[in-house]
Amino acid sequence: MARRARRERPIQGAPTARDFKGDVTPDWCLGCGDFGVLNALQNAYAKLGRGNHDHLTVSGIGCSSNLPGYVKTYGMHTLHGRALAVATGAKFANHELNVVVTGGDGDGYGIGGNHFIHTMRKNIDLLYIVMNNETYGLTVGQASPTTVVGEQTKSTPFGNLETPLNPVAMAIVAGATYVARAFSSQGKELAELMYNGMQHNGFAFIDVISPCVTWKGGIQKIFDHWKERVQPLEDHDTSDRAAALAEAVKTGHETQLGLFYHDTSRQSLNEMEPVLEKGPIAHQPLGINQEQGDAIIEQMM
Amino acid sequence: MAKYDFAIAVGGAPGQGIETAGKSISQICARYGLNVFTYTAYQSLIRGGHSFLTIRISSEPIANHGDKIDLIIALDRDSLEKHLPHVSPGGALIYNSDDVKQVPERDDIQLCPISYKELTNDPDRKKLMLNVCASSVALQLVGVDLSMLEDIIIRAFLKRKGQAVVDANVAAARASYNYAAEHFTPFETQFEKQEPALAFGSGNTLMAMGGAAAGVKFYAAYPMSPSTGVLHWMAPNARDLGIIVRQCEDEISVINMVIGAAHVGSRAMCATSGGGFALMSEAIGSAGMMEIPIVVVNVQRGGPSTGLPTKTEQGDLWQVLGASQGDFPKIVVSPTSIMDGFDTIPELFNLVDKFQCPGMVLTDLSLAEGHTTFAPDAINWQPEIDRGELITEQGQTDGEYLRYQITDSGVSPRAIPGTPGHMHVVATDDHDEDGGLISDEFTNPHKRRDIMEKRQRKMEGIAERLPPPTFEGAEDAEVTLIGWGSTHGVISEAVQQLNEAGIATSHIHFKWLYPIDEDAVNAVLSKSAHAIIVECNYTGQFARFLRGETGFKADGHIRKYDGEPFMPHHIADGARELLDSKTDLYVPYQEIVV
Repeated sequence: MARRARRERPIQGAPTARDFKGDVTPDWCLGCGDFGVLNALQNAYAKLGRGNHDHLTVSGIGCSSNLPGYVKTYGMHTLHGRALAVATGAKFANHELNVVVTGGDGDGYGIGGNHFIHTMRKNIDLLYIVMNNETYGLTVGQASPTTVVGEQTKSTPFGNLETPLNPVAMAIVAGATYVARAFSSQGKELAELMYNGMQHNGFAFIDVISPCVTWKGGIQKIFDHWKERVQPLEDHDTSDRAAALAEAVKTGHETQLGLFYHDTSRQSLNEMEPVLEKGPIAHQPLGINQEQGDAIIEQMM
Repeated sequence: MAKYDFAIAVGGAPGQGIETAGKSISQICARYGLNVFTYTAYQSLIRGGHSFLTIRISSEPIANHGDKIDLIIALDRDSLEKHLPHVSPGGALIYNSDDVKQVPERDDIQLCPISYKELTNDPDRKKLMLNVCASSVALQLVGVDLSMLEDIIIRAFLKRKGQAVVDANVAAARASYNYAAEHFTPFETQFEKQEPALAFGSGNTLMAMGGAAAGVKFYAAYPMSPSTGVLHWMAPNARDLGIIVRQCEDEISVINMVIGAAHVGSRAMCATSGGGFALMSEAIGSAGMMEIPIVVVNVQRGGPSTGLPTKTEQGDLWQVLGASQGDFPKIVVSPTSIMDGFDTIPELFNLVDKFQCPGMVLTDLSLAEGHTTFAPDAINWQPEIDRGELITEQGQTDGEYLRYQITDSGVSPRAIPGTPGHMHVVATDDHDEDGGLISDEFTNPHKRRDIMEKRQRKMEGIAERLPPPTFEGAEDAEVTLIGWGSTHGVISEAVQQLNEAGIATSHIHFKWLYPIDEDAVNAVLSKSAHAIIVECNYTGQFARFLRGETGFKADGHIRKYDGEPFMPHHIADGARELLDSKTDLYVPYQEIVV
């Protein structure tokens, strides 16, 4: 594989998706849904119009979590399930960075489930993109938290007994302020949702149906399966939380795509933090002055 | 100036104001310029149960809660019955005679009954002021001015509870003080004011202050005894000092947030106890792999598992040394006193910034929840700050930037996200010099070897910089006591007792535990005679560690694992017995049981 040292060339003029192409060629299977997500993300980054170094892409572990290497931004490829916690710390340290978290369903909804719930509740200003393929791909095809009932996998050879979780409904209930579902094949819509999610001041979440071509019966079968099901959310008021939840918990053959919920009234956690008013803490001088120190000691006398 | 060493203990049920009484007495002594060290034996309950707070007061510097108790304040009958035997001959015990009709016989101490009913105007009879009454009596017996207590009452209650509560408490204090003057015999020890007045704080507070001085800008925590005191200092001070403080959903989130904040350029820290530390383990390894400097404090309590939430132990050494899979550079330090807790934090931050690795502070309940007095000017608010090879601006390197550049020292200049011209990805998978993954794309044994050796070379630089253990005493001593971390003060006092008893004793003490410079440590260990390792755990974790690292085998061991900290005589008695007998293990008996 051709590799070269990372070298950042300043972007000339308005950025394009090409400017956000990473130095490493993706190692995903041919036809993987994640390629569509990667392209859409590069487009969304470009549309935001900032320099490469103003973005931080954070991921956990899994096929889709290899993504930070494939975009030209600062990146962190953290532990399995922990990307949201790492990204929260990073955002607090420099809230001027555009911080985007990417990962899969096992990473985010399984091992990282606790962080998923609480990061939404905190409403910190991040965009979280989950490439949901309903399987553990990198560990060669076991059931994931979103695998449907009855599906036979390596870990459920007699059929999955557990009910899959509903990430969109969970997000609406847990306190995310921008909640969407998308399909990796619909790049334009996905890029638009990502761009708006980056612009949203608060926790933005997009559950992306990103089919696995290796563990779900092959490229033709799995894409046909989804193409037949997906349809856009219509006549929906995205500011109505109850209506959003009602749409999210609908069961049936069809799967709705689009923006379910958008709450612009809540301040993000970083916005509510007075310490950040002086600018990013990563840029503040270290330590405390003698006067502050004396006041502390006075309290202890 | 008279020399004295006096201990007051307060016993009662949680909710009876034991902490308030203890804090008031301690603060008054601190204002008198006296040295104070406190230890609270308590249980993991919000209400009910029993607490016993020991306040040792001395005209000389002290660093443990001592061997004896001269005066006990028993706030309930349970405390009276439990602790009557613990008063030293010639001492005194104060109790509420409304509750207790019959007192077990002890004619070698002064019993000081006070009637709460008669001393206070408290129609609700909630006995909320009993602690104030009893503290006033105690202070009268040791010759402290009542005005000192009145000041403390005003300060404690005026803002929170208003003038009426202050007036009632001041009246109760006066009545009790006067009652004591008329009815009880004062102690021969009468406290005398010394200059300067001292400040008073806990180990957790001093470590948090050390963090602020070191430039911590991000602190995260999940509440866990006995480390919560750090959070309780950071939270109210955060906004004034420009520190972000977050309480997280679990310790996994805590450490990962700290890693995120540190990677982006903040000094970031967290504190927990053994169980929380176990949850942090995987991420500590990730900081080693991604080469991100963080500081993690483990305030040990009794283990294993949930163990003894409110008791002390030095039982996490192997956990901390072995935390996380694989080999990676790390630093382990164990502060030797409450005040050393302050200094240790900036010292460790400079090291982890320089060597880009996790640093772990291993302390325990006895120091973290212990309180001490200190001179205000003993705190250095402007410690040296060295951030190492940090790239924060464009142009610090020209052109090509390799985050994990292979260097002789193993340290690669670290650019923080947001800096133009230095983009890179950091990864928990092993990686090449540019951060690209080795493991997923192709596993190249030569690259793996190079990058592993690069990281581990940092350990040589760290080991060179860590001071060797301290040696105190005569080189021709008969016996040497070896300890680590929190036990420095109590071992020092045991050494003094042994020397005074004619047994020449020296003391070797470890603060910096890992990495070890074998030659430097062996040079100190070679000065030891009959060597006894003193530690607060069952299996001799430090003895085994020291033997593994240096080949040094001790002659004897003193170990305590009953949850209570050593008292000096436990160690001195142990040393005598180990010298006399053929056994090599002494486990002291804990006399004071709560």
